[in-house]
Amino acid sequence: MNLTTLLAGAALALGLAGAAAAEPTKVGFVYVGPIGDGGWSYEHNQGRLAVEEHFGDAVETIYQENVPEGADAERVLTQMALSGADLIFTTSFGYMDPTINVAKKFPNVKFEHATGYKRAENVSTYSARFYEGRAVQGTIAGRMTKSNIVGYIASFPIPEVVRGINSAYIHARKVNPDVQFKVIWAYTWFDPAKEADAAQALIEQGADVILQHTDSSAPQAAAEKAGGVITFGQASDMAEYAPLPRVSSIIDNWAPYYIARTQAVIDGTWASVDTWDGIGPGMVKIGEISSAVPEEVKAEALALKDAIASGAYHPFTGPLNKQDGTPWLAEGEVADDGTLAGMNFYVEGLTGDIPQ
Amino acid sequence: MDLSAINPVLLVASLMVAATPILLAAIGELVVEKSGVLNLGVEGMMITGAVCGFVVAVETGSPALGFVCAALGGAALALLFGLLTQYLMSNQVATGLGLTLFGLGLSALIGQSYVGIKAPATPRLEIPLLSDLPVLGRIVFSHDLMVYLSLALVAGVWMLLKYSRAGLILRAVGENHEAAHALGYKVIRIRLTAIAFGGACAGLGGAYLSLVRVPQWTEGMTAGAGWIALAIVVFASWRAWRVLLGAYLFGGITVLQLNLQAAGAAIPVEVLSMSPYLITILVLVVMSAGRARAALNAPASLGRVFHASN
Repeated sequence: MNLTTLLAGAALALGLAGAAAAEPTKVGFVYVGPIGDGGWSYEHNQGRLAVEEHFGDAVETIYQENVPEGADAERVLTQMALSGADLIFTTSFGYMDPTINVAKKFPNVKFEHATGYKRAENVSTYSARFYEGRAVQGTIAGRMTKSNIVGYIASFPIPEVVRGINSAYIHARKVNPDVQFKVIWAYTWFDPAKEADAAQALIEQGADVILQHTDSSAPQAAAEKAGGVITFGQASDMAEYAPLPRVSSIIDNWAPYYIARTQAVIDGTWASVDTWDGIGPGMVKIGEISSAVPEEVKAEALALKDAIASGAYHPFTGPLNKQDGTPWLAEGEVADDGTLAGMNFYVEGLTGDIPQ
Repeated sequence: MDLSAINPVLLVASLMVAATPILLAAIGELVVEKSGVLNLGVEGMMITGAVCGFVVAVETGSPALGFVCAALGGAALALLFGLLTQYLMSNQVATGLGLTLFGLGLSALIGQSYVGIKAPATPRLEIPLLSDLPVLGRIVFSHDLMVYLSLALVAGVWMLLKYSRAGLILRAVGENHEAAHALGYKVIRIRLTAIAFGGACAGLGGAYLSLVRVPQWTEGMTAGAGWIALAIVVFASWRAWRVLLGAYLFGGITVLQLNLQAAGAAIPVEVLSMSPYLITILVLVVMSAGRARAALNAPASLGRVFHASN
């Protein structure tokens, strides 16, 4: 009797001690570039830091930067899952298949893949409606260009990038019918030298506005060196290049989402979802429009931003034709999310082909 | 397609800028390999040079001082490699790879608080009259000093290897270190000098990226340039002028393909993107084929460990 009570008491004490020293929830992040890129990976890391700050000791975060898209990513993900991560954010489009593959092997680990479209029981996807921010950029670009040539440094021919080009072009043309876009596909997310060269090539061919969908701030530096060229911060504010060449920016604000999803794992309420938020819910922010932009252009851009945020206006509203002239959206019709998510065509007026 | 949008003069001017970092790193590695040492750490030395040059240039406001410190930084890292491989007999391939990883990490650490800061401008040379010449002025006479220095280095290395006694000794050490040792040459000392020179050149190449071509500091900004420099040395079959050709070809096609894309050329982008690698390799391989096999040009002692007791 005595012995059993003792044992039971000991077991209870052990159990309690175990509960008190419960393992913190471990959250992993995989980045495609260095966290010091000043753009995409930097903002994801800011989200990670926000998670750490919000949860304190209850959560432990780990991360791996400069992870190539492809087989290497699978290795890194497996390693993270093995090391006891409960939730893993994979923050680049190219991690889509590796994430799905690794998720199959670790059914108890939750995965969140950014900007992809493949989901599973334990894989969510999340992305931001960057094209809403591109609409604001396009408006400013169309108003500000004097040469009517806008250069666009694209990364990979994936729907997210194509959407950005279309949205920027539609809104630039709306305010400036003569505007022309020159697109360079860099085939990289992060290569400062190549991005600088691309910006340089565009500037030499007459572009006086550079939009970028690559992660480093090298194009900003190139534009600054060339002079008389304006740019927009990509993914991050890149305020160090304000007021010129950087006149505004699209800022990715991942922190609220990361905190909410981590909370869901702690509460045990995590479920596979597909999140796609824009300016309205605050996942996409427009960086301050600098003093280099005339007041009336600034007001126009901000009005557009407010209309998008409130839902009064959708950046892909008809009438819009595809590049080959076939009708896409009728007057007043709004693009559905399915088409947008898989967008692989240019709108009418853009020149050149999307590499297939 | 609107090819008239491409300005050939500006194109040539930017290709020289694009090629200079690779050229600097490759000409340094050429000397290292000629002495019989295979240093795969070019990428690591480049990025260390990039960060050293950037930090010093920002702190002192002098790009020139930045370049000097970049060379010193690159050389210091290279000497670490030299110490490990020449005195401690470590494997050169593994040590070189380690050096790359170490350099990438070290540079990220040093550069942490320098992300997003602007570098002081490196002035372009403005030579009165000459710089104002219509076409040649922009192509030949209005670059920054580093472009000329890189060309001078190529000429210097070529002359040194071909005509000087020092070059002959360096090559002897690279071809047969035991024979060179038997003749009384200080194999290790000569190799260390070559390694330091290679490191300094790679450092300069890195600093050219962070101070002129990009110009800013971002982690991992060399993004593989060091590996391309290594490949160019091999495909150039260890000849100085071919290294120049290879680097300019690579830089040139990189810039040209971007310009073609912007001009809307009807060539698939995938083809354009791989063209710099493909064409550079093809041209250099074709050039070194036929006339004796390319492998014969490789220094015979390349990558072999030397110890005086052997």
